[in-house]
Amino acid sequence: MLKDITLGQYFPGNSPIHRLDPRTKLIMLVVYIVALFLAKSWVSYAVMLVFLLTAIKISTIPPKSILRGMKPLVMILVFTGVLNLFFTRDGRTLVNIADFIIITEGGLTRAVFMMARILMLITGTFLLTYTTSPISLTDGLEALLNPLKKLHVPVHELSMMMCIALRFIPTLIEETDKIMSAQKARGADFENGSLMERARALIPILVPLFIGAFRRADELATAMECRCYQGGEGRTKMKLLRYRRNDMVTFGIGIVLTVLVIVLASFGL
Amino acid sequence: MSEMIVTEHLAYTYPGMDDMPGIAVFKDLNLTIEEGSFVAILGMNGCGKSTLAKHFNSILLPSGGRVLVSGIDTANEERLMVIRRSVGMVFQNPDNQIVANVVEEDVAFGPENLGIASPEIRNRVDKALKQVGMYDYREHAPHLLSGGQKQRIAIAGVIAMEPKCIVLDEPTAMLDPRGRREVMDTIRRLNREKGITVILITHHMDEAAQAGRVVVMHKGSIAADGTPEEVFSQVELLHSIGLAAPDSVELCWQLKMAGYDLPLDKLTPKDCAQTLKDWLMN
Repeated sequence: MLKDITLGQYFPGNSPIHRLDPRTKLIMLVVYIVALFLAKSWVSYAVMLVFLLTAIKISTIPPKSILRGMKPLVMILVFTGVLNLFFTRDGRTLVNIADFIIITEGGLTRAVFMMARILMLITGTFLLTYTTSPISLTDGLEALLNPLKKLHVPVHELSMMMCIALRFIPTLIEETDKIMSAQKARGADFENGSLMERARALIPILVPLFIGAFRRADELATAMECRCYQGGEGRTKMKLLRYRRNDMVTFGIGIVLTVLVIVLASFGL
Repeated sequence: MSEMIVTEHLAYTYPGMDDMPGIAVFKDLNLTIEEGSFVAILGMNGCGKSTLAKHFNSILLPSGGRVLVSGIDTANEERLMVIRRSVGMVFQNPDNQIVANVVEEDVAFGPENLGIASPEIRNRVDKALKQVGMYDYREHAPHLLSGGQKQRIAIAGVIAMEPKCIVLDEPTAMLDPRGRREVMDTIRRLNREKGITVILITHHMDEAAQAGRVVVMHKGSIAADGTPEEVFSQVELLHSIGLAAPDSVELCWQLKMAGYDLPLDKLTPKDCAQTLKDWLMN
């Protein structure tokens, strides 16, 4: 049951987007988000939408799985929509029920824009995590944040931690499964009772899980020391990140997109 | 042959907590391991096998005496990395020693720490994975592999650092028979073909019987030391410290106790069967 949980949601593939340098994809995501916030009109939103849909098409990610990922966010979307719809008083009044519920033209546009922005923001982020394996994502982040080392930010350590966390998620899930079975075999009941009782039933799972995790951490630390680990200093990488032609093309597209949105905004579109 | 590891009057006491006194594991342990040899260390739980192993690459430092690795004192902090790269360690639980979530990335971890150039790391990783027979799995996620495969990845991670000696602390304890065989075959091949010194800490007598030398430890000192034949024929001694000889020797010993004169140095089922056959024929 617990094994079904997928984290990072990476869809292995070999599309041009999959093969891009992770740094390119991270930078492009930032550019895309900035452009999205600069977009103010139907025209610029349409431009952004075309860009996004093309990217999805190239990535060969089935649109269905992107939609499935949206499910938990429906509530936030509805909330944003409703809030903007009813509380923006701007322009011609479209509906007026007893001076209590008032929907204006400005409110309607704003609600649609806000919802479109959130949807496109999330889809863009999904595109990154769907096409980039967690390990290359970590590598990319470490490389991009590298200049922060000068400010004594422990960039390597943070990315090492992230890498180990990702490595141990499946191991710990497996262990949780085992502990749950062991406790069930001894008569523990996780399904019945009030909320408090069920919460209390989790204690016999969490305690061994935490003890186990600390023991693992200790052993892993020893094993890492045995393999000459001494932090990021003087460390090399087997796989070097390299910008290729496709990355340059992607950056070009990113620049064009941003400029286009800015120009459109300056024309009041 | 030169000496790989030497312990001279090694003493070690686990530090006590608060007012509790520390626990002395060794008082005066002298052991020399020759370069290129395959040594098995046997002993009951708590006899100090693992503690001893941790002295071989400076994870623990002696409280008395000293440990020399290729002539370098393990207490010499400046040479720590030289010691650690010449003595690799493989532990019992394969899950707790794999760092990365892709097989080849994990094997590359050691060489990356040593600051080796990227193409050379690639070389070493491919070579190490081929040596343990896991090359086809290089892009797999470790948690989807079997115990024996994971342990071979751990061994590959150590040999990618090109050590002179590998210390394996009960590497087969958590594996099924098939995984055990895979790991033992790999270890033997590394010793025979690459001339890597192997120190194998184990509970399995049949594994120890495959070594060139067996050291039996009891309560922090050496109870027996010699070829497998020499050590395992001392059946009474082994029994008195809670161990047993390999099954074939146990069988001959039982028969001997029953009054039949049989040799106690037949370690493999084949040799044992031949001896019994000859004996029955007469």
